Amino acid sequence: MYAAAALAILVVMALTLVRALVGPTAFDRLLAVNMFGTKTVLLIAVVGFMTDRPDFLDIAIVYALVNFLSTLAVLRFFERQLHEGSAPPEEE
Amino acid sequence: MEAAVDIVLLSLLCVTVIVIVYIRKLFCAIMLLGIFSLISASLFITMDAVDVAFTEAAVGTGISSILLLSALSLTHTRERRPAHQPYVALMVVAVTGAVLVYGTMDLPAFGDPDSAIHRHMAVRFIVDSPQEVGPPNVVTSVLASYRGYDTLGETTVIFTAGIALVALLGFNRRKEFKVRLSGAQITSVPEVPLSSAPKVPNADYLVLRIVGKMFIPLIMLFALYVQFHGDYGPGGGFQAGVIFASAIMLYAMIFNVETAMRVVTPTALRLLAVLGLLLYGGVGVLCMLLGGNFLDYNVLAHAPLHGQHLGIFLIELGVGITVFAIMVTMFYALGNRSGRSV
Amino acid sequence: MDFDLLDILTALFLTVGCFLGISGGVGLYRLPDFFSRQHATGVTDSACSFLILFALILQSGFTLVSVKLCFIFFFLVITSTTATHALAKSALHKGITPILGREDKR
Repeated sequence: MYAAAALAILVVMALTLVRALVGPTAFDRLLAVNMFGTKTVLLIAVVGFMTDRPDFLDIAIVYALVNFLSTLAVLRFFERQLHEGSAPPEEE
Repeated sequence: MEAAVDIVLLSLLCVTVIVIVYIRKLFCAIMLLGIFSLISASLFITMDAVDVAFTEAAVGTGISSILLLSALSLTHTRERRPAHQPYVALMVVAVTGAVLVYGTMDLPAFGDPDSAIHRHMAVRFIVDSPQEVGPPNVVTSVLASYRGYDTLGETTVIFTAGIALVALLGFNRRKEFKVRLSGAQITSVPEVPLSSAPKVPNADYLVLRIVGKMFIPLIMLFALYVQFHGDYGPGGGFQAGVIFASAIMLYAMIFNVETAMRVVTPTALRLLAVLGLLLYGGVGVLCMLLGGNFLDYNVLAHAPLHGQHLGIFLIELGVGITVFAIMVTMFYALGNRSGRSV
Repeated sequence: MDFDLLDILTALFLTVGCFLGISGGVGLYRLPDFFSRQHATGVTDSACSFLILFALILQSGFTLVSVKLCFIFFFLVITSTTATHALAKSALHKGITPILGREDKR
């Protein structure tokens, strides 16, 4: 039961990864990275229950809290570049 | 069943790494490195290495991306096309890799309990740790008590790295804010601001500010939980310091870096970094003064197990404080360069 | 087979949650525009995580583990919605405009 759920979450992660690799704009990749983080949290929780070690939930909490930070950092980077008027980061 | 999860994760990792190496837009490479860190942490979890996964989670998601972005803001965002095709280098690397792979064929199987490394010290740690040291988490007891010297060395390395970074880059040495609130007068506007990026109006970030005010105390509280819970579950000093530093970085992202530098000043950080390391070394010297060896916690209290508990508590605190101070110092040093701050 | 009601409920929630997750992933892959892809990730962040975490809560009863799972869900909901908001605002400022519908259907 948990194994099937873990595999389903892995399938979602693979799809997200495709978008992160392909995504035409940088924002698409950022969205994909953010969603990947959420899926990792779920995967850790499910794998923790699968191997009967609920200690893993601390790691899941850390990810849920800190995943936010890298998204914000990239967005701040964009905003600063926008306000300075320098060239925005490369898109395809 | 875990094998299937492992295989899928490893293949995702391979795909990600290949794209990271080939892509020349460095910005996208940084975001993909975030994914790389997430997959690595999942792999560590399936391999049952919980403390390592914890550290990878805490460091790789927040801090690594921020430091890499700060470094990227100092340079071009596209990697240059190499001037020549590195075929000779490729051959050398391939030959070395093949020799290494051939060497690994002699290694014992992964997790084999009869292999040499599992037969001497590992048995002693696992069997004797509850009576000799105490905490249920064997990783903490090995790191903090059996291998306390190594952890002292690691903390010193982190401290030295922080010092080296500050010595090379420095904080901005232009006039710092000197705001004197004497009566109702506020004197001295700085001649050159700490960061020459124009300020973004605050109303733009209203949602982020409210959510940040809600979350930053929670992250700090969780960092304290991780610090003191390291005896019973995954955690410990390193992870707690990194998570606490992530809280400060989140504050600096949402409000400005200058505001964060006024809340947690560089002077305070210097003091804290030194204080953590001194605490660790001081515990060792205290043990010597009380009659035992350096970092021999048995003499710290009336009973050896209590002494071990106290000793581990104190040194983990020292490690946590130093790691926190150095991480935030690195963030300030890198994030305030050349005006294009993150 | 499982005859326990709790197990059946858990399996049901896990199934629906995974289905929503996969549909969110497929949506992320196939939708044409950045803003419409945010709908897909919003589905996974809120509904999928709620169902999966609730299934795990059902399995673990009234213990500390359930409290931690509640925390995880609370943090996930708030951070992911804030991140979506920040991303959308940033994309608008940068000039990415949403596709507003196919012209041949007007």
